[in-house]
Amino acid sequence: MKTDTIAAIATAVSDSGIGIIRISGNEAIEIADKMYHSKNEKKKLAKVSSHTIHYGFIYDGEEVIDEVMVAVMKAPNTYTKEDTVEIDCHGGILVMQKVLETALKYGCRLAEPGEFTKRAFLNGRIDLTKAEAVMDMIHAKNEFAMKSSLKQLKGAVSDKVHSLREEILYEIAFIESALDDPEHISLDGYHEKLEEKTQHLLLELKRLIDSADNGKLLKDGINTVIVGKPNAGKSSLLNLLVGEDKAIVTSIAGTTRDVLEESIKLHGIGLNIIDTAGIRDTKDEVERIGVEKARKYANNADLVIYVVDSSRELDENDKEIVELIRDKKVIVLLNKTDLDAKVSKDDIKQYFHNVYEGTSNSFENQSLCIIRTSTKDNTGMEEFEDAIKDMFFAGKIAVNDEIYITSKRHKEALMEAYDSMIMVKQSLADNMPEDFYSIDLMSAYASLGRIIGEEVEDDLVNEIFSKFCMGK
Amino acid sequence: MSEIREKVDVCVVGAGHAGCEAALACARMGLETVIFTVSVDSIALMPCNPNVGGSSKGHLVRELDALGGEMGKNIDKTFIQSKMLNVSKGPAVHSLRAQADKAEYSRSMRKVLENQEHLTIKQAEITELLTQDLESPQGLATKKITGVKTYTGAIYEAKAVVLCTGTYLKARCLCGEAITYTGPNGLQAANYLTDSLKSLGIEMRRFKTGTPARMDKRSIDFSKMEEQLGDERVVPFSFSTNPEDVQIDQASCWLTYTNEKTHEIIRKNLDRSPIYAGIIEGTGPRYCPSIEDKVVKFAEKERHQVFIEPEGLHTNEMYVGGMSSSLPEDVQLAMYRTVPGLENCKMVRNAYAIEYDCINPGQLYPTLQFKAISGLFSAGQFNGSSGYEEAAAQGMIAGMNAGLFIQGKDQVVLDRSEAYIGVLIDDLVTKENFEPYRMMTSRAEYRLLLRQDNADLRLRKIGYYAGLVTKEQYDYVCQKEELITNEVERLQNTKVGANQEIQRFLENKGSSGLKTAASLAELICRPELSYEALAEIDPERRPLSDDVIEQININIKYDGYIKRQLKQVEQFKKMEKKLIPSDIDYDDVSSLRLEARQKLKKFQPISVGQASRISGVSPADISVLLVYLEHFRQHKEK
Repeated sequence: MKTDTIAAIATAVSDSGIGIIRISGNEAIEIADKMYHSKNEKKKLAKVSSHTIHYGFIYDGEEVIDEVMVAVMKAPNTYTKEDTVEIDCHGGILVMQKVLETALKYGCRLAEPGEFTKRAFLNGRIDLTKAEAVMDMIHAKNEFAMKSSLKQLKGAVSDKVHSLREEILYEIAFIESALDDPEHISLDGYHEKLEEKTQHLLLELKRLIDSADNGKLLKDGINTVIVGKPNAGKSSLLNLLVGEDKAIVTSIAGTTRDVLEESIKLHGIGLNIIDTAGIRDTKDEVERIGVEKARKYANNADLVIYVVDSSRELDENDKEIVELIRDKKVIVLLNKTDLDAKVSKDDIKQYFHNVYEGTSNSFENQSLCIIRTSTKDNTGMEEFEDAIKDMFFAGKIAVNDEIYITSKRHKEALMEAYDSMIMVKQSLADNMPEDFYSIDLMSAYASLGRIIGEEVEDDLVNEIFSKFCMGK
Repeated sequence: MSEIREKVDVCVVGAGHAGCEAALACARMGLETVIFTVSVDSIALMPCNPNVGGSSKGHLVRELDALGGEMGKNIDKTFIQSKMLNVSKGPAVHSLRAQADKAEYSRSMRKVLENQEHLTIKQAEITELLTQDLESPQGLATKKITGVKTYTGAIYEAKAVVLCTGTYLKARCLCGEAITYTGPNGLQAANYLTDSLKSLGIEMRRFKTGTPARMDKRSIDFSKMEEQLGDERVVPFSFSTNPEDVQIDQASCWLTYTNEKTHEIIRKNLDRSPIYAGIIEGTGPRYCPSIEDKVVKFAEKERHQVFIEPEGLHTNEMYVGGMSSSLPEDVQLAMYRTVPGLENCKMVRNAYAIEYDCINPGQLYPTLQFKAISGLFSAGQFNGSSGYEEAAAQGMIAGMNAGLFIQGKDQVVLDRSEAYIGVLIDDLVTKENFEPYRMMTSRAEYRLLLRQDNADLRLRKIGYYAGLVTKEQYDYVCQKEELITNEVERLQNTKVGANQEIQRFLENKGSSGLKTAASLAELICRPELSYEALAEIDPERRPLSDDVIEQININIKYDGYIKRQLKQVEQFKKMEKKLIPSDIDYDDVSSLRLEARQKLKKFQPISVGQASRISGVSPADISVLLVYLEHFRQHKEK
């Protein structure tokens, strides 16, 4: 399979005016030579040593486009393992685009999103995890997600999964060798040892899986849904968070009839904030649809912000909302503290307690975060922001030295490994003969192998390639 | 002078355990077959241990039997003690082992060969393979086999040849400084064939193995040893042996141990061992180590097991299992005499190591046909394995495929999820083995499915396809399968209530009572209960044979595990089913790493699954290959 030569602007297009055009493929250097002119016109990139940088100009035919530095890197010690040329431009976005167009004119094809990475992966330069991490990074929306992608790229996930696999493999090997050579390798007392080991592995896997939940939030932003009765101040809250008047705020209840969605950053955490129509029994057809939608969004939310108008008594509609957001992470904003308070923090707690009483979701297990705010006076907002940050990060994940699982595929594999270890635990509890343990240990080992590409499945390969826009 | 020239279908070279199975398979498929041996008296010789089967090897014999092989039947006729091993463990690792009367085993097998239609026995040493260049290469093959030539110059033209030369090629035996240039038991070595193979471009290796001394029974004090009895109820090896026929009076084996004194003598004389002195060039089996190896490798062990086993009923020779050695005779005697019970032992035959030529089996397809020479097959120790059972199993596959090759039918490849035989052959032809390969339980990934008790259900159909299993045998298995399925289903659907009668019944069986109604299958799952135990509360059951009941119990008790293993197999099969076209040009797969490219070119794996097991081919290479094949396929469709 001969690969064609691809080119793209490799840096984020920004106003800084500095950026890199990357060219990769068999003809990368040849094509670059067509565009590049050294100061004395004598230097040919084809003749220079690998991994050197050269000053000169980019020409489109007779026309000078930019003054540049050109890095020449020959296969295989490059990111894609192909001949690669990087052109450092200084002339701004338009000039960069012009350089790229020239490269395309001289025989390059425009790289598809992630294609450099695809080649790096195909050429054995990086494993699946790293390839995925690069894809994640391209799509990363916030600082946390970026850091996490970087970590994955550096192989933190690989390392962790590798070490867990090693541990499992050791147990498999021990059982197997004892089966083969019972004279020299005894299984006496092994039962207890494996029990301990299983417990440890379950814990480690659980931690990774938990990080996957957070990891997902990191990458996509936390789906935050604002709910409440009409005219509790939901839209005011959204506007306050976004910092501009996106939602139409009036004092007429039921003003927001559809849902409004906005992405914001709080302390580097991405929030997808969804403002919904106030929930109430209504005969207005349009408003009714809005209410239905609100329910749906609340159902899928990672975080629910329940805005309560503290100047009005709680009623049946509140009861419905409280039931709706059962099992959700909730922050209650006791809004309109600028007015006379009819509802206190304790009232809310009692109210939740009453609604949930007698159901399987015992309210006591859930710590309810209640904050007094006034969207009108802009008070309580700081406390609110801290609460969001705490809810997702405080104590649970420290940004710098933990590993996040940010891919759905990884999470599924981890869950499978976890389930297999549960089976091992069950076999131990059932006092099964030792040869049964290795069945599920093997499964766990294989599941983890899929994360780091040590176990190749064709469907996985297909999936990865579709993500890379393999196309034809 | 006119030369002898004969025309047959198949020539089998060697009449050991591999050769016998190969020759019988071909002849039974109706092909004119000649089997060559350097000595007709050494047909099916057991030059080492006097037993058949054992952990995982017992599986091979059962599988071989299911395919229509002879080893199982022959040991059932000639065993003197039998034991099901590992019964305290799960059913996957239960394994049969029987002590053989060696002379009887050999004589009985010879009789089978002599009476087999289409089969001729010929005492002759084969010195040369005859080949012809192919007009156009077929896959990797540029030549085809046309026959063999004997030492006396006779030529046998054949459509296929199966090489089963065992440990005879350029064999030499070592006992300390004393070297004899013979095969096992002083039999004539075959010194010419290696050169013929090399001239055909076949890559050879040199392996070694060894055997312990045999003692005169009268010189052993058994009172210092633990007696090892056979099972009270013997299970036959063969699915076609009537279980009642194998309930015989059994001989005993004996267990004793080495001690510090033994180890001291060995350590002191290591410099006189040809292995440690560097005289032996061949690589020995790690898993069947000599006593010298054990003492060196397990230095912290205070003792090693020694099994004293009879070589037969009509001989006084006793085999000293666990103490093979190539130390000089005087050291051997001193060392054996430190073992309790052997203080005054007299050696009938001393222990020795044997070195021989074999091939790198990576040159074979999983069908056991040579990639480079069409029609040439090989099996047994010649392929770098060790053990009678490993040899016989390969012999069957090589013989069967040689027959199918001649008949122009699809050859049989068993995969790793179908049989231990599949694991054995896949390991041999795919992984690089630098020592004699021994079958072991741990080599089989899916062993809960590959039990010795269900070998017939797994493999009868394949034997039937090849024409080695009769219609009756095949029908019996189909019927058995149906009986098992139906009965398991009935047990799952038959509920018993939590009534007094049931509670009392359970209490009597030492089982806890029911809270709600349960199915009979659920009750069978309890460790203390079984299908048989529930007879009283299951009046609707039909009489079923023991082998069917055994399957019902296992299928129900281990249902969860079996299902999970089946899921693993499903994953595995996906890659096995991705076949690699034989005309693939690995140079065209540009992203492969150099090492992987070379290995793939050399091995020419038949599937992506097989490719993934070649050492030096990484998962990343496999991804690359998968993508390439997908492109290739789409390209072809256009």
